[in-house]
Amino acid sequence: MAQHMNLTLKVWRQKNDKSKGQFVTIQAKDIADDMSFLEMLDVVNEDLTRLGEDPIYFDHDCREGICGMCSLVINGRPHGPKYGITTCQLHMRTFHDGQTIVIEPWRAAAFPVLKDLATDRTSFDRIQQAGGYVNVNTGGVPDANTIPIPKRIADEAFEAATCIGCGACVAACKNASAMLFVSAKISQFALLPQGQTERYERAQAMVDQMDAEGFGNCTNTGACEAECPKGIKLTNIARMNREYFTAKFFREEDVHTHS
Amino acid sequence: MSNSKPVLSSSLGRKLIMSLTGIFLCTFLIVHLIGNLQLFKNDEGYAFNNYAYFMTHFTPIKVVSYLLYASIVIHAVYALILSMQNKAARPVNYARYDGNANSTWSSRNMGILGTVLLVFIATHMQNFWWKYHNDQVPYIEYQTDLSTGVRSSRALEANEFIDYQVSTDNGVEIVKARDLYKQVDFAFENPFLVFFYVLAMAALSFHLIHGFQSAFQTVGFSHKKYVPIIRFIGVWGFGVLIPIGFALMPLYFYFVK
Ligand code: HEM
Ligand code: SF4
Ligand code: FES
Repeated sequence: MAQHMNLTLKVWRQKNDKSKGQFVTIQAKDIADDMSFLEMLDVVNEDLTRLGEDPIYFDHDCREGICGMCSLVINGRPHGPKYGITTCQLHMRTFHDGQTIVIEPWRAAAFPVLKDLATDRTSFDRIQQAGGYVNVNTGGVPDANTIPIPKRIADEAFEAATCIGCGACVAACKNASAMLFVSAKISQFALLPQGQTERYERAQAMVDQMDAEGFGNCTNTGACEAECPKGIKLTNIARMNREYFTAKFFREEDVHTHS
Repeated sequence: MSNSKPVLSSSLGRKLIMSLTGIFLCTFLIVHLIGNLQLFKNDEGYAFNNYAYFMTHFTPIKVVSYLLYASIVIHAVYALILSMQNKAARPVNYARYDGNANSTWSSRNMGILGTVLLVFIATHMQNFWWKYHNDQVPYIEYQTDLSTGVRSSRALEANEFIDYQVSTDNGVEIVKARDLYKQVDFAFENPFLVFFYVLAMAALSFHLIHGFQSAFQTVGFSHKKYVPIIRFIGVWGFGVLIPIGFALMPLYFYFVK
């Protein structure tokens, strides 16, 4: 049998990207402990809607930890008090009856609040578009495994590729730095043969875009790694730095012309 | 995708500057500590005062010392630039932020720790560097019998001192020097200064427990075997041994001398 609980929510409410927001206290009544955090908000929203009030606006999509849409800083932690999960994977049994829960949006200049708890994360898309892709020739489907890749390398690239672009790294970082995300996106290609063609241009273009979006500068606190739901490792940031400095000092085409 | 921004106007380029100047300052600390260990010699400052003369008059060392002053300034200026950008990257703060859940205290307070260090460096240079270079320290003469090694010393009046001199007369070595050792002894009679020095060394400890390994991460170093070694050196060498070594100097002069 599920246990039920009553909670006090302090929720950030903000009309739109122009207005100033504020915290609003809302009671969440009769919440079952096997609900997910987002289901709890659904229940609260049903109550608000019935009362004729504006429901709390928050991002979500897959609700199974793979799309990266759900966000929320819950009691001072991105995706709540547990490690290695998204908010949709957080269950109410983590909380107890009578608890006060503070719910805030991701806070970063590059993630402006759209409404309440939902932020605009298209800055990540623009970073990705700046260089997070490979060019391939279309044509007949090649046989699988025609290009040999050592398993360690394939695994490492795969791990980097598990980044779901949620932005918890930015939310957790005291500098609102996006370096864990960008380094994962650079690493997944830098490690593989298919990514070599654009390798050094990619590192420069993505870092430039990251800076242009107004993310902060990493001070290697490691908060991103700790809060990342997918366990993306800090060693990716070291790799990104290597890729970028190698590009800048040894590979930049404008500088090293071959005549 | 080409026409990328110049390195030094990028976040990573600025971080590279922080890291390289930081590592350079770390290597300086090793030299500075080893040299200053001569303060613990019970020789009326003979070794230390000769060393101080050498360090301020040997051209290669002088060149390195100007590099060092530049590094301190550049490190501090870039710290300020990066910190301001970081502040701007989060215009609205969290009402609740549980930093301890995901990071160490020192890693989140590098700016504050660095500011303490900057104030310390200014005070420290005023106490000794400025006084030494502007003839505001006492003078001393050592007479060492070269056959027996027996040494005596006497304070010199300002009018008896022209410049650092080493001469030998009848098997007796005579050294006239600026007595920085005495100045150290004098400065550390002040308990507030002693306290501030010890506090600053605590700040140095925390700054380097995070900073030393962080600098290697910034230049892109990652290695299964060597990174743990770097972390070990950062914590026990730069975070413990070096700050304690320095902190013992004011404590020794205050409590023992
Ligand atoms: C003896 C003096 C000092 C030493 C040996 C030193 C050393 C270091 C090292 C090794 C780092 C790591 C660099 C990196 O993460 O890439 C660092 C970072 C930092 N230092 Fe210093 N530092 C000193 C003085 C200062 C001063 C005077 C300030 C400030 C005015 C300062 C502010 C900072 C800041 C804010 C960081 C973090 C920047 C970052 O990680 O990106 N430091 N320091
Ligand atoms: S690195 Fe981790 S926290 Fe950052 S966007 Fe990717 S999955 Fe999310
Ligand atoms: S809703 Fe898709 S990851 Fe949470």
